[in-house]
Amino acid sequence: MIKIRNLEVSFRDFQLGPLDIYIQEGAFFMLMGPTGSGKTLLLETIAGLVKPDTGTLEVAGTDVTGNPPGKRKVGIVYQDTALFPHLTVRQNIMYGVRYTTNRSEYDFDKLVEILNLERLLERLPGKLSGGEKQRTALARALITGPEVLLLDEPLSSLDQMFKGEIRSELKRLHRETATTFLMTTHDFTDSLSLGTHGAVIRNGNIEQEGTIDDIFHNPETPFMASFIGMKNVLPVEFTGDTALAEGLSIRHTSPRTGHGFIAVSPESIVISRECAVTSERNRFAGIIDAIERTGTVLSVSIDCGGTVLVSQVTRNALAELELTSGTDVFVSFKASSVHVF
Amino acid sequence: MAVLSFLALPLVNIATAPSPGIIWESLHDGEIVSAVLLSLYTSGMAAVICLILGTPFAYLLARKEFPGKNLIESIVDIPIVIPHPVVGIAILAVSGRNHWFGRILADLGIRIMGSPAGIITVLVFVSIPFFINAAKEGFASVPERLENVSMTLGASKLSTFRRITFPLAGRSMLTGTIMSAARALSEFGAVVVIAYHPMIAPVLMFERYQAYGLEYSQPVAFILIALSLMIFIVLRILTSRKRRNA
Repeated sequence: MIKIRNLEVSFRDFQLGPLDIYIQEGAFFMLMGPTGSGKTLLLETIAGLVKPDTGTLEVAGTDVTGNPPGKRKVGIVYQDTALFPHLTVRQNIMYGVRYTTNRSEYDFDKLVEILNLERLLERLPGKLSGGEKQRTALARALITGPEVLLLDEPLSSLDQMFKGEIRSELKRLHRETATTFLMTTHDFTDSLSLGTHGAVIRNGNIEQEGTIDDIFHNPETPFMASFIGMKNVLPVEFTGDTALAEGLSIRHTSPRTGHGFIAVSPESIVISRECAVTSERNRFAGIIDAIERTGTVLSVSIDCGGTVLVSQVTRNALAELELTSGTDVFVSFKASSVHVF
Repeated sequence: MAVLSFLALPLVNIATAPSPGIIWESLHDGEIVSAVLLSLYTSGMAAVICLILGTPFAYLLARKEFPGKNLIESIVDIPIVIPHPVVGIAILAVSGRNHWFGRILADLGIRIMGSPAGIITVLVFVSIPFFINAAKEGFASVPERLENVSMTLGASKLSTFRRITFPLAGRSMLTGTIMSAARALSEFGAVVVIAYHPMIAPVLMFERYQAYGLEYSQPVAFILIALSLMIFIVLRILTSRKRRNA
């Protein structure tokens, strides 16, 4: 469990906080945010490597604000693994054992077996693959029995194959231990597949905190909506179950009044050539503005009376509907697809 | 080629000018032997002092950012650029009885003028920049994250230095120590102001040249070149290993 209260950290020109974060015991907490938002600084502050200006920090019910890094029951694994290059895998894993009195759930043999490191023990880090390095770094951190394991983008420097492998290892280790995991990431796949709870940090402040489900389905601000990849974020004026955007009157299912924002995911917007009768409560005529390839699907921008909506179609659908720039089309989406905030 | 000849010709000449007989005789000349031994002792002591005093300082410069750091780094390099007799005169000025620092030294029974302590003092002054710069580079090449991880695993700062920083930066520290020893061994200008006696090898060579001419100074020069070359070879071996390991 981690309890952060009114934490403020100045580092060169950067200001982190004030932050108040509560992470439940045994959670897999994902800390997300753009580059330079303060994720690593927060991790290093929790680890005791950076001193906060104000605030307190509790780990497993103990105030560790003034404790040195080794007296916090916190382990850290960096993106670049930070293995000691002059020590073998065995020596790296055993490094912290002499300093700790914590009882780890894992002894050396068990950790080596779980992380499949048996045949690598006498190798130097320079002779390991990215995945092997990460597994060694995990073993080195876990052998001292930390209450909290801090993971600083541990998957971002790995290729796809190793990424999947380490992700599974992390999932398993988290499931099998009582350790609280706090991981920073850029990758939403990591958050969605590993995280139970999370927070998004922006310019040193928490933008939104909650369950992973909440963060990805109920963004509370335009930044959050665009951060999690929502398109069609529009400023609107609400009147009951209608949101007035430029040139459009959009129906939604969360009645309210005043100014605010709506977001509609591109996958929810259906394009047709005819004004078909559907159950969708929102239907607008428009002209295709641009078609862009985005990975395996195509992103189609449609100008609907001044408001541009983005939809996604497959290559086949594009050919079937004979869609090109300038084509007149109709777009439709359900009122329940409109996210209001 | 011209540059190479320019560098090699005087050294080869000095190395080949004295006959083997004269060199053999020189090795049994008590005055030469004691001057060479004093040179080795004082330069060795200077290098050890550079290592002890310079290590924490170099670590601080490599790891920390603070106001005035550039100025401090420039001050460290000053002994490299100022004429060395000036160093001797400056140290003489503060170590005499007319200066409060000199009086403290006198009260402690430390004599600078005409003593091995004085020689070591000026040698440390002229050679410490070489140690600090090499060690600083070595410390800077050790990622700070390694030290951070070590501390989160429970190691103290001292243990972290002993188990992580020193093994990884040790070769640079050794290179710095050898460079400062080599620099100290070749010093003449600063030492001659502080201590003509007891004589270190460069001062003896100078005295023999003045009193008896070139021929009598050459055997001492030969021994000094041989010692310097030995240090240089050790240094090259160490640095080439470092490059291979990098």
